Amino acid sequence: MELIFEKSVEGRRGFLNPCLDVDVKASIPSHLKRAKDCQFPQVSELDVVRHFTNLSKMNYSVDANFYPLGSCTMKYNPRFTESIACMKGFTDVHPLLPQLKKGELLTQGSLEVLYEMDRLLCEITAMDSFTMQPLAGAHGELTGLMMMAAYHKAKGNNKKYIIVPDSSHGTNPATAAIAGYEIISINSDKTGVMDIEELKSKLSDEVAGLMLTCPNTHGIFNSDIKKISEMIHAVDGLMYYDGANLNAVLGRCRPGDIGFDVMHVNLHKTFATPHGGGGPGSGPVGVNKKLIPFLPISRVIKNSSGKYELDYDYPESIGYVASFYGNFSIILRAYAYILYLGKQGLIETSNNAVLNANYLKERLKERFELAYDRICMHESVFSASRQVENGVHATDIAKFLIDKGCHPPTIYFPLTVKEAIMIEPTETESKKAMDEFVDAMFEADDLSRKNPKEFADLPKTTPVSRPDEVKAARELNANYFAE
Amino acid sequence: MFSYIANTKKEQEEMLAVIGVDSIEELFSDIKPEHSPKSFNLPKGKSEFEVVEYFRKLALKNSSELIPFIGGGYYDHYVPSVVSSLMSRGEFFTAYTPYQPECSQGTLQALYEYQSAICTMTNMEISNASLYDGGTALYEAAMMAFRITKRKKILIDGGVSPIFKKILKTYTSNLDFEFNETEVVHGTADRKKMYALLDKDTAAVIVQNPNFFGAIDDYTDIVEKAHAAGALVIESVYPISLGLLKTPGEMDVDIVTGEGQSLGLSLNFGGPYLGFMATKKKYARKMPGRIVGQTTDKNGKRCFVNTLQAREQHIRREKATSNICTNVALCALQSIIYMSVIGKNGFKELAQLNLDKAEFAKSVIDKIEGVEVKRSSPTFNEFTVHLPVDASIVVERMIGRGFAAGFPLGRYYKGMEKYMIIVVTEKRTKEEILNYAKALEEVLKVKN
Repeated sequence: MELIFEKSVEGRRGFLNPCLDVDVKASIPSHLKRAKDCQFPQVSELDVVRHFTNLSKMNYSVDANFYPLGSCTMKYNPRFTESIACMKGFTDVHPLLPQLKKGELLTQGSLEVLYEMDRLLCEITAMDSFTMQPLAGAHGELTGLMMMAAYHKAKGNNKKYIIVPDSSHGTNPATAAIAGYEIISINSDKTGVMDIEELKSKLSDEVAGLMLTCPNTHGIFNSDIKKISEMIHAVDGLMYYDGANLNAVLGRCRPGDIGFDVMHVNLHKTFATPHGGGGPGSGPVGVNKKLIPFLPISRVIKNSSGKYELDYDYPESIGYVASFYGNFSIILRAYAYILYLGKQGLIETSNNAVLNANYLKERLKERFELAYDRICMHESVFSASRQVENGVHATDIAKFLIDKGCHPPTIYFPLTVKEAIMIEPTETESKKAMDEFVDAMFEADDLSRKNPKEFADLPKTTPVSRPDEVKAARELNANYFAE
Repeated sequence: MFSYIANTKKEQEEMLAVIGVDSIEELFSDIKPEHSPKSFNLPKGKSEFEVVEYFRKLALKNSSELIPFIGGGYYDHYVPSVVSSLMSRGEFFTAYTPYQPECSQGTLQALYEYQSAICTMTNMEISNASLYDGGTALYEAAMMAFRITKRKKILIDGGVSPIFKKILKTYTSNLDFEFNETEVVHGTADRKKMYALLDKDTAAVIVQNPNFFGAIDDYTDIVEKAHAAGALVIESVYPISLGLLKTPGEMDVDIVTGEGQSLGLSLNFGGPYLGFMATKKKYARKMPGRIVGQTTDKNGKRCFVNTLQAREQHIRREKATSNICTNVALCALQSIIYMSVIGKNGFKELAQLNLDKAEFAKSVIDKIEGVEVKRSSPTFNEFTVHLPVDASIVVERMIGRGFAAGFPLGRYYKGMEKYMIIVVTEKRTKEEILNYAKALEEVLKVKN
């Protein structure tokens, strides 16, 4: 499809600015002016509508396709939360208003959302306080790690290392490195959880903490988690809970109850806010009492007269991690989702996320190599190893699924499983949708044995097929206007 | 209680039979009694109607009717209806990060167009596909400068947003980096002091245009001096001003960042916003965040993919250029729709309109007794005024008259309690500006 810039026609307009109603024609000194015009396209409003409508048709989405992307929790995003997020009383509020004298009185509605969401998340996770500021999961990780660093600094601890399991998300080691730590990686044992003996051998007084998803990326809940947290706490390390997989354990287990000191929640996963093709997300961070003094400022408090206000008076705070109070409209949607579902709805959510994942796992294991043959939580990991014997790889299976109208699972992650295919159906999918997916996977397996060469031509139904990624990197073209 | 679960009891039982267990409880057997929640005391679920009503009432507790003359980097611009209508299409809204290019060409092409628009707006060579917001984008730029130069010092001009400066300090407090700040003189960067501090350890000089006080500047001289010292220059810019102002590219700036909220996003009480970043092509491999590149498919057809992924956390883990994963793709989409519909000429006009209205407001406000509009440097649509009394009190009184009058500088600068910054966007009418001035005059006459 043509680029919007290629549709540009000199002199065409798509929008009329408000009229100039003052009798001033101002100018600025010429040395402060741009010489080269900005080449935004010159198109009509209909051109814009058609262009982006047709672009949208080239996407797979939860709204249109089964989307079992492991680790991403691609559940249905309820519509009613959109109508709430679009209420003018929320969208038009300037973030600096509550920082004016008595300005908090102008934003009681928004401050209440932030305060009440903090309370709800504390009850869901057994943490003592949350900051809503982090703008995505990885941003939450960094916020958490900076608080951990501040904790150790305040105690005079000399800490150098963060421990991560080999099955962790790439953001965990990347975050720890950016926060100034070195990484110790621990391998998984035969059952798919962190090797506790290896942990023991690598643990020292210089360990600042451990970052863990629980259940982990193999979809397995680590039954030794309390033992692990005792080991970490014994060296005054801190336990960081990566909340990416929280959708599996709502009402079943709370990170704060099993020894975690700090965690983030991905509102765009567990609490159903739309992922938007890669964000915006939201990654509130919760802490227990040990870390409360270090939470970012501002914090939302309820004063003695029942009014909400911003409080900046925390001398040990790590400071500002975002410009304001977090991705407010995402938090708003998640808050509405939690109120709608309530306690029982959240429990049902995890029950069915786990039921669906186990159903898919049981059905698929007949034809696909299951990495860990045991009960799983919200997701399970297969390997395409049997199909590879015929020259068909995980990526080939993914392309086959695209032709079947299904978004492929996560492939080649976690790195612990060769040719990994990681499947997370979520609770909102029906048995029928999953059965159709299983049929498609079995067809892929059939084809891998009958005619493996055919995979090279797939996908056939999409506007493009098998992009040359090497060329994209080698002949970098990321700007239409580049000379 | 409702939870968007499709399966009926009967289907659930069929599924349990396939799994070979009797109940859902058995599926949770790895979670032992010792892991059980000590409480899970949450409210009961509600109907959609009840929830929507609750929020409708909550929204009324916010004051969204104030006429905003407050900016500080976040502005009340008009957003054409077509922007939200298109970006809320489920095909964009409910897709994930485009890991599978064949079924994500919509998002990928839109992001490529977004990157191109950011490049032509700033006259830079390459842009990434977005970062969280303007403040964190500036932090990422500082980290990028450290990586490129392998130096440890940042020189930051006092005109940079105080909010951004606080963010920078938070992120680097545990790292071995040094910040030096030079104070603003007569509204613009103090070159003399800056050059005195510029040395062989300086990784980058950070400037902002227009600066926090509204002053506009040409930083070409600073860029030359910085480059001669082997340092980079990072400029934070306000996108709408670039309809008129000299671009970072024309000043030979190395890394550009900014808050993209004004490109079609609502104020939303602070987010989600849009951090943008562009740089020179030679630094592309040091840039954080996703980058969409053009390539061809197996049939030679043009298409788009995430590229240079070897920089990123999911490939590089602890050696990545940043830990960023989810960014703000949907906000980038919003902004490319906005930039497309505003168009080349509309963008120029919009900037001129903001300038004209702000100059009109200056001339009116300047006439009020005791109020002085600071005119030491030219401005775009935001400017500083000096008041005879504490600005925070004036702002408080103006709220009572229906105006968010401006941002009192005393909030972030000691000794500037009598100053405030005022913004006038294209949405402010002549009538509103005149009423504002009248209200300000009256408010200043009130004795305590």
